[in-house]
Amino acid sequence: MIDLIFVLLILTGFVFLGSGRLQFSIRTLAVQGILLGLIPLWGSWEGLWVRMLSITTLSLLIKGFVLPYYLTRAMHKSKVMHEDHPFVGFTTSMVVGIVCLGVSFWLASRLPTLGGTQPQMAVAVSFFNVFVGLFVIMSRRKALTQVLGYLLLENGAYIFGVAFAIEVPLLVELGVLLDVFVAVFVMGIVIFHISKSFDHIDTDQLSSLVG
Amino acid sequence: MINDSSIILFFLSLLCAPILLSVINRTKAIFAGRTGQPILQVYFDLIKLMRKGTVYSQTTTWIFRIAPLISLAGVMTTLLLIPWGKIPAPFTFTGDFILVFYLLGIGRFFTVIAALDTGSSFEGMGASREVLFSAFTEPILFATLITLVRLTDEASLTNLFHGITPFLWTTSGAALILVAVIIFVILLTENSRIPVDDPNTHLELTMIHEVMVLDYSGPDFAFILYGASLKLWLFSALLAGIIVPIHTDNVLVDGSIFLLCMLAIAVAVGVVESLMARLRLVLVPRMLVGAGAIAAVCIYLTLK
Repeated sequence: MIDLIFVLLILTGFVFLGSGRLQFSIRTLAVQGILLGLIPLWGSWEGLWVRMLSITTLSLLIKGFVLPYYLTRAMHKSKVMHEDHPFVGFTTSMVVGIVCLGVSFWLASRLPTLGGTQPQMAVAVSFFNVFVGLFVIMSRRKALTQVLGYLLLENGAYIFGVAFAIEVPLLVELGVLLDVFVAVFVMGIVIFHISKSFDHIDTDQLSSLVG
Repeated sequence: MINDSSIILFFLSLLCAPILLSVINRTKAIFAGRTGQPILQVYFDLIKLMRKGTVYSQTTTWIFRIAPLISLAGVMTTLLLIPWGKIPAPFTFTGDFILVFYLLGIGRFFTVIAALDTGSSFEGMGASREVLFSAFTEPILFATLITLVRLTDEASLTNLFHGITPFLWTTSGAALILVAVIIFVILLTENSRIPVDDPNTHLELTMIHEVMVLDYSGPDFAFILYGASLKLWLFSALLAGIIVPIHTDNVLVDGSIFLLCMLAIAVAVGVVESLMARLRLVLVPRMLVGAGAIAAVCIYLTLK
């Protein structure tokens, strides 16, 4: 059952890589956020459970509902509905995703496990999401998609945190802090009207600035 | 290994295969609010075509004439290797699924060069698409088979399907569900069903399989139509073998469960065709790479 959740997390990663419509990408991330919130149900928390429960409920709410809501609003405000011409095409992105998956399973099998309560797949899935997130940030043009990529990366970090929550509970809390960072990004897009001042939110144009 | 008694099932498969096409058509008709064609319409079509004469274009050579025979013979041979769910196939040996897919490959090869043989650029376009998509489906199919082989530790279709028990579904259900999804996508692709190709359309830009066989008529076209229904039967049988874990030793019960499952798959194909629109052609590779990604996930799941 917990395997099923990890599989779904991987699949949402691939869906994200293959989709160009921002609304759809945001929904995919919302689904991923909810799945992330479900993971701790299978852990054994040995006295940490009040702390864990509050943190995971909080992050489920933030990742599954609050952030997607604000991202959708930002999307409508900046009037960017579609990732038009990514640097790497969607089909190629998915092939890259398959490679990332291979690398992350290889890495996970090489790493020594901490105590061994966490499922083996958790580490691989978290690496996969981090790699895919990084790749999305590198390969997409629109600022909003890059924020989404960052969110994916951050989800990966969160999975890692949950997997090692018994050993290092602080990791999860740091993960929530990263969410706040995303909120700052989104606010940046909305408040500073990146779309309005440059007429678009294509970050590629930033390199043509002259000082 | 040869199972004499299963030979009957081979002939039953040959007899029943066109029904699947009829069930798909009937499902689509019900969704569209039509009465639909008679359930035996595919048989009527086959009989009608068999009684007609053939016309050959003067630019074609013997390749064009021999291709329908070879592709039909290829598919018929594969049916000898396909088990009916838990009932063993007439012939079974280690690695028989590799022979199955390359027999299909021979059939495809001849259909494609026959299409090129006509010299029509239109048919050449269809041939190119067919080859492109099969280049995607082949590695995906083998990836799913690697998954199944690793899950069951068996290497022939009959034993593979025997290895899929309710117990395996509880331990590796996630991988099996994914494998079933991939096989379903490949079934739709290989049989030119709707998200990939529309079997009913005769509009130039949307056709893949239909466009390659435009120049055939009479018995040759009957062979092609019949071969297509056998191919649909084959892939449905693969899917049925994976999703049905129940095994009673009673041949009648197993056989009817298998047939019910086949009908359910045909209905599922019909439902997909009624609910989905055809994908834009550029999106098809993306869908197939997606299926490939799922296949990769499956392999990694079995690596633990």
